[in-house]
Amino acid sequence: MIAEFGLAALWLAAALAAFQLIAGSLALTERGEGLAGAVRPVAVVQGLLTAIAFVALILVFARTDLSVKLVAMNSHSMKPLIFKIAGAWGNHEGSMLLWVTVMSLAGGFVALVERRLPERTMLATLAGQAFVSLGFYAFLLISSNPFERLDPVPAEGNGLNPLLQDLGLAFHPPTLYLGYVGLSVAFSFAIGALITREVGPAFARAMRPWVLAAWIFLTLGITAGSYWAYYELGWGGWWFWDPVENASLMPWLAATALLHSASVLAARNALRAWTVMLGVVAFSMSMIGTFLVRSGILTSVHAFAVDPERGSFILVLLAIYIGGALTLFGLRAATVTEGERFAPVSREGALVINNVALCAILGIVLFGTLYPLVTEAFDTKVSVGPPYFNPMGAVFFVPMLLVLMVGPLLRWRRDSLARVRPAIIAAGLAILAAVIAVLLVGGVGVLPFIGLVLAVGLAVASVMPLRGRNLRRTPLAVWGMVLAHLGIAVALFGMASESAFSVERLVALREGESATVGPWTVRLDAVEPVAGPNWTALEARMTARYKDGGGSMLLPQARSFWAPPQQTTESALKTRWNGQLYTVLGGESPGQTGPGRWQVRLWWKPFVTLIWYGGLLIGLGGVLALIGRTASDIRRVIARDKIAYRRERQNR
Amino acid sequence: MKHVLAMLLGLIATTLAAPAVLAQEEQTAPYAYRQLDDPEQEARAHDLMVTLRCLQCQGQSIADSDAPIAGSMRSLVRERIAAGETPDQIRDWLMERYGDYVSYEPRVTALTWPLFALPVVLILLAVVLLRRRFRSGRAAA
Repeated sequence: MIAEFGLAALWLAAALAAFQLIAGSLALTERGEGLAGAVRPVAVVQGLLTAIAFVALILVFARTDLSVKLVAMNSHSMKPLIFKIAGAWGNHEGSMLLWVTVMSLAGGFVALVERRLPERTMLATLAGQAFVSLGFYAFLLISSNPFERLDPVPAEGNGLNPLLQDLGLAFHPPTLYLGYVGLSVAFSFAIGALITREVGPAFARAMRPWVLAAWIFLTLGITAGSYWAYYELGWGGWWFWDPVENASLMPWLAATALLHSASVLAARNALRAWTVMLGVVAFSMSMIGTFLVRSGILTSVHAFAVDPERGSFILVLLAIYIGGALTLFGLRAATVTEGERFAPVSREGALVINNVALCAILGIVLFGTLYPLVTEAFDTKVSVGPPYFNPMGAVFFVPMLLVLMVGPLLRWRRDSLARVRPAIIAAGLAILAAVIAVLLVGGVGVLPFIGLVLAVGLAVASVMPLRGRNLRRTPLAVWGMVLAHLGIAVALFGMASESAFSVERLVALREGESATVGPWTVRLDAVEPVAGPNWTALEARMTARYKDGGGSMLLPQARSFWAPPQQTTESALKTRWNGQLYTVLGGESPGQTGPGRWQVRLWWKPFVTLIWYGGLLIGLGGVLALIGRTASDIRRVIARDKIAYRRERQNR
Repeated sequence: MKHVLAMLLGLIATTLAAPAVLAQEEQTAPYAYRQLDDPEQEARAHDLMVTLRCLQCQGQSIADSDAPIAGSMRSLVRERIAAGETPDQIRDWLMERYGDYVSYEPRVTALTWPLFALPVVLILLAVVLLRRRFRSGRAAA
């Protein structure tokens, strides 16, 4: 029953989306004005209905209702409850339902609270949101029904990929999806503004919090995903330039650019067409990412749906939405002027360089990710990986970082570098000190060297905007900017340090033997079998000592899941302020090294944790900016209402 | 009761199966999980391994994978480095055998040159865009 109930809610929601599109479009004409009042309530109800459908799916998973095909394919009665629930979105159909749910909830939320724009633009925006949703409803209901029944009912389910049975991964996809799909709001705003030709500071101010919120989720989602890959895959890698990772990075790059250009538009009424364009591009990147992941067109760990029918369906949706939006942009771009002018050395100038660099990096990532498909059409398979992305990205990333050191200090419109000389000198000295320090340590490759040095310079430069300010009266948005930029420096330092200074040790140890890795001495005390709810494992008990310090215990496991049968390694980590010890238990190692030895993999990764602390700082900066901006907007709305109220009373 | 049994079976399977596989692997690929004694050689081998694709896995380098084929390839790389071959020679040999797919570092060929032209195009585009933007800005001001 629950499954049918969920499916009915989904069909109803799709019908409402169709109504929302028609009513929203008609309301823009003179004859259809009467429909205007219906659009917002319909959007809210549509959001609620998809939420109901999503809860229904979670319920059938929580109860392991094996008569539902999706549950039988992806769940198992023996799984811990939390992974049963997380299993609801750990598969193709469920994750698409999550996508649609987030999209219509976001639309409903916009309809409920957004009052800053002219009502006509809002109607066009909500119609746009419904238009995009409709395609995904169609996709879900026609080719990916999550509530399909199965007859006969199997005795047991197939289980969930053990790699996905991890708390980090349970909440990674929803976070990322909030980001991906949150950008649909920016997309709809861009379409709405293009249709009614109201691109200006008010539009940017209204769109900014939505972009900011989506961007925060994307940032946190990517950070969490990277940490998951790091500790779960068991080899200490934290970014692979895998297509699925790129799929999440591309919307982030576009959203970051959009965030900065929206600031220019909001403050200075410049970069108008460019900002609208980025609004379209950002969500297009989300859709392309989804296409890449969902269609399984690029083989990758995450591509659990290898199904050409679905692939072509999403491809058609992509063509309609991206093509349609770009056509609309092309038609209207001529009427949207670029707006106010500014000098090269100015806040706007720096932000334009930020935007151009981010877009170039986006271009590299997109091209590099898709190019293997092009060569495959010519019957040659090539791989594009870190040796391509790292240096090519750096070509644009390095100049952007240099500009980032001074950009936030510059004034709008026109400024001179002489005015910010003290800050430039401070950052320069920090860079010089870092160059000397890294040279003294020695043996560091080119890219990590640049990374370390620029990270130190940026860390100093990023707090400069606080200089000479009364810290208590500094607006939250400025704090947010400072923290986010500092977060970039922190994360960059972690990345560069990890790749420059990591020490790796692969050893075969008997119980009681020790090995050293960097400053650590690790003793293998014992290896014992242990059992969990749906797995058994060999667990190593290790004692790790840092230099002459006390020992701490580490318990890495080699796990065997039986539904589906698969081996995973559970690494054990010991975190210090200056890095992380990473231990993995392989199998038993007989053969020439003699019996009774265990394969042990050890890494000492100095400052590696800064990568994710940096990511969290960036996200926190976003949160502060969001709070600051929203609070000041609310104050402005209240003040406006008060003035209007007084005027009304005086006139009476 | 059923799952206690399954658990026991699983336990036996882990303790028995894993060493058997490893034993076989150790004979054919001695350096799959063993580093070279010379740290300088090992560093060279490692730098090469992170740029080689594990053919069986999806989106992982041979330095990041537990798959048997990744183990054999690691061993092959280490043995050849120890025998004095350069990383480029090893990469070429592997690419000849497994195709361009095995290397994460694309070569410049008739098919892949656009990958390397792209950054240049992007730089030119950026320069043109920025110059136009700022020049017209100055004219207006």
